[in-house]
Amino acid sequence: MDSLLILIPAALFLGLVGLVAFLWALRSGQFEDLDGSAHRILFDDDKPLPPPGN
Amino acid sequence: MTTQCLHCSQDIPPSQGGEFCCHGCEAAYHLVRGLGLEGYYARRCVDPAQRPLRPEDGGAPIDYGTHVHEDEGGIQGLNLMVEGLHCAACVWLIESILSRQPGVVTARVNMTTRRLVLKWRKGEAEADALVGAVNGVGYRLVPFDPGVMDRENARQEKELLRAMAVAGFVAGNVMLFSVSVWAGHVSGMGQATRDLMHWLSALITLPAIAYAGRPFFHSALAALRHLRTNMDVPISVGVLLTAGMSLWETVRGGPHAYFDSAIMLLFFLLIGRYLDRRARGRARASAEHLLTLSALAVTVIDEEGRRHMLPPARVKAGMTVLAVAGDRIGVDGTVIAGRSDIDTSLISGETLPQPVEAGSRVFAGTLNLSGPLTLRVDAVGEGTLLAEIVRLMEAAEQGRAKYVALADRVARFYAPVVHLLALCTFLAWVFGGGMAWQEALLIAAAVLIITCPCALALAVPVVQVVASGRLLRQGILVKSGSALERLARTDTVVFDKTGTLTLGRAEPIALDGLPPDDLRLATAMAGASRHPLARALVKAMPGVPVAAGVEEIPGRGLRLGDVRLGSRAWIGAPEAAGEIEGPELWLHRPGTAPLRIAFCDPLRSDAAATVAALKAAGCRVALLSGDRAPVVEAAAREAGIEDWRAAMAPADKCKVLDDLRAEGRNVLMVGDGLNDAPALAAADVSLSPSTAVDVSQTAADAIFQGQRLGSVAEVVAVARLADRLVKQNFAMAFVYNVVTVPMAMAGLVTPLIAAAAMSGSSLLVIVNALRLGRRRA
Repeated sequence: MDSLLILIPAALFLGLVGLVAFLWALRSGQFEDLDGSAHRILFDDDKPLPPPGN
Repeated sequence: MTTQCLHCSQDIPPSQGGEFCCHGCEAAYHLVRGLGLEGYYARRCVDPAQRPLRPEDGGAPIDYGTHVHEDEGGIQGLNLMVEGLHCAACVWLIESILSRQPGVVTARVNMTTRRLVLKWRKGEAEADALVGAVNGVGYRLVPFDPGVMDRENARQEKELLRAMAVAGFVAGNVMLFSVSVWAGHVSGMGQATRDLMHWLSALITLPAIAYAGRPFFHSALAALRHLRTNMDVPISVGVLLTAGMSLWETVRGGPHAYFDSAIMLLFFLLIGRYLDRRARGRARASAEHLLTLSALAVTVIDEEGRRHMLPPARVKAGMTVLAVAGDRIGVDGTVIAGRSDIDTSLISGETLPQPVEAGSRVFAGTLNLSGPLTLRVDAVGEGTLLAEIVRLMEAAEQGRAKYVALADRVARFYAPVVHLLALCTFLAWVFGGGMAWQEALLIAAAVLIITCPCALALAVPVVQVVASGRLLRQGILVKSGSALERLARTDTVVFDKTGTLTLGRAEPIALDGLPPDDLRLATAMAGASRHPLARALVKAMPGVPVAAGVEEIPGRGLRLGDVRLGSRAWIGAPEAAGEIEGPELWLHRPGTAPLRIAFCDPLRSDAAATVAALKAAGCRVALLSGDRAPVVEAAAREAGIEDWRAAMAPADKCKVLDDLRAEGRNVLMVGDGLNDAPALAAADVSLSPSTAVDVSQTAADAIFQGQRLGSVAEVVAVARLADRLVKQNFAMAFVYNVVTVPMAMAGLVTPLIAAAAMSGSSLLVIVNALRLGRRRA
């Protein structure tokens, strides 16, 4: 039973980390252009890419 | 052996040679090379069904300056829709071209939505010049204003996604505890441990329900305030009741708590709600789109003869206005002086330019092609024919808004029945079974939960999203979920002619039968004109240099010394029998008989096949056009349509559609011009090609890309398939309810059974919907 005292908070905490990560991604516009992002990585441009527009 | 144009990959006719199909492509290629971006040609993959990457000479000039918005800090921005985007290489090319222009801060193309966000420092760049560079390569950038509705939609979508994330996270975690408890029932878990698990479940579930349930609670409250019920009422009552009762059980130390069911229900429902929102697509903002048509500045001439540029809003009736060649006319007016040809295709659907002279009436939204005109303003803004067309459209749209989606019809019947069942269960247990009211309430809550609105709520949206996705891969964009439902019921298809059944451009016919020398001369002269017929001739006869010294007489034709090229009336050619009706140019050299060059607007290659396919699918097909009767008849005959009408004004089209609907038919309208927009809105459901003007794209329920008309038959087929799947899903949900509801009423449903039954039915519905994505119709 002692293991539960560690495992339950650990499970909840990890789940929460995932949730926060998702909400952050949503807020910072990661879900705006799902097709483009897949290809963007292949653009070999010597210039830095512009910041994502919202 | 044909070679392909280095820039647009279209075939170059062997007679022409060289590396490019036209001057535009050559200029574009050198522009790309000059910027050091020729890597684009190696990387791109051209989709032949799409519009070729060919710079358009002509077309309506767009005044980008009127769409610029300014942020604080001297940054100006522009939102644009990109047409002609083939692949990721196009995104790279556009972004690279723009970011190399001085003063540009950001240029980012969103490949999913095909929108471009462009920002630059004020004073260092001009909107028209920036956009011109991209237009010069062959893309088309159209200003696009994300309206208030659009932003509101995006905000709500994100809100739902957040609620869904929270519900999903909690549902997963509560399941951990629930599985432990269910296992504990078998292996003899201690009461203290079980209670701890219940308390932990309560701790994370209750806040999550409070947050993730808000969309349902709001809508349920709104419905109850109006003394109505909708799908959200039993959901809200069920969730709240279950959560409350489970908390009470937890406090009491009871064996069963339904926290997992409550939050899982919310999670599934939010998935359905989110998909529904995604399927609903963009809101309509017809008025905004129309403003873009008339947002051009008008050149007003005052009493002293000075010219001022005024926005249309400040122009008054009675003023004198100048419209130079190539201008889109911004007012309704009467010609005082000047002679020109007017392209009225936007208003009347007429393909051929109309000659006008002093005394002729012109309308806002038409395009002045060849000569400067001085106009007396008769009407501006709300008084124009253009505005009247919009009003027609809006009136028609309100009529269409009466359609009730299938899910809502089911909900109307479903909500009262479920509540009644739960209430009967409660009363029967309390008064018939002599049970304590708390226990009876728990069973009643189990009934509400187990009737599983999740399968019902997922039944429609999942199918619609899968169907939309499949159509999107074929270049058909469906704007709303209810459009699919309405498409499935289509039994009558009405086509517009110009630009829909046909490609909407003139092509010279039977050139082989004409003397080559005369033809070369005609082409050389035509090169000096912007008239569509002349341009079509130049396009059909590439490689002929433009003749020098050609003089254009607006409304008449071209003159080169004594040689004349133009209309029959001007040449004075006699009427001959047996000529094919249609647009024509006449060439007259002194001392020879006039030579006739005939044109036609060719049908789309698969028009006849599509009409046949639609007839095979049991649809009645009709053709309504604003064009002249002989031309319409020829097109109808070729496409195999028996039922055709010509010379229809926008209001006539609406009337025909109303009559058809009054007969109880479900009409699908396919059209592309502004003159079709009211009809598109008046039909039960409507389609536009992606080449259509903004307004009709706004009015349409779906837009198809590419040259093929076959998309129309495809849309109808997929919609019917989707309709079948939706009905199957409802049938499954119904069978499931018939089995589980009696169990719940008998008090046999434990949290384990509820969870298994709920996820099982939802998965079944989703898997059934996914069949649509795989099957090829």
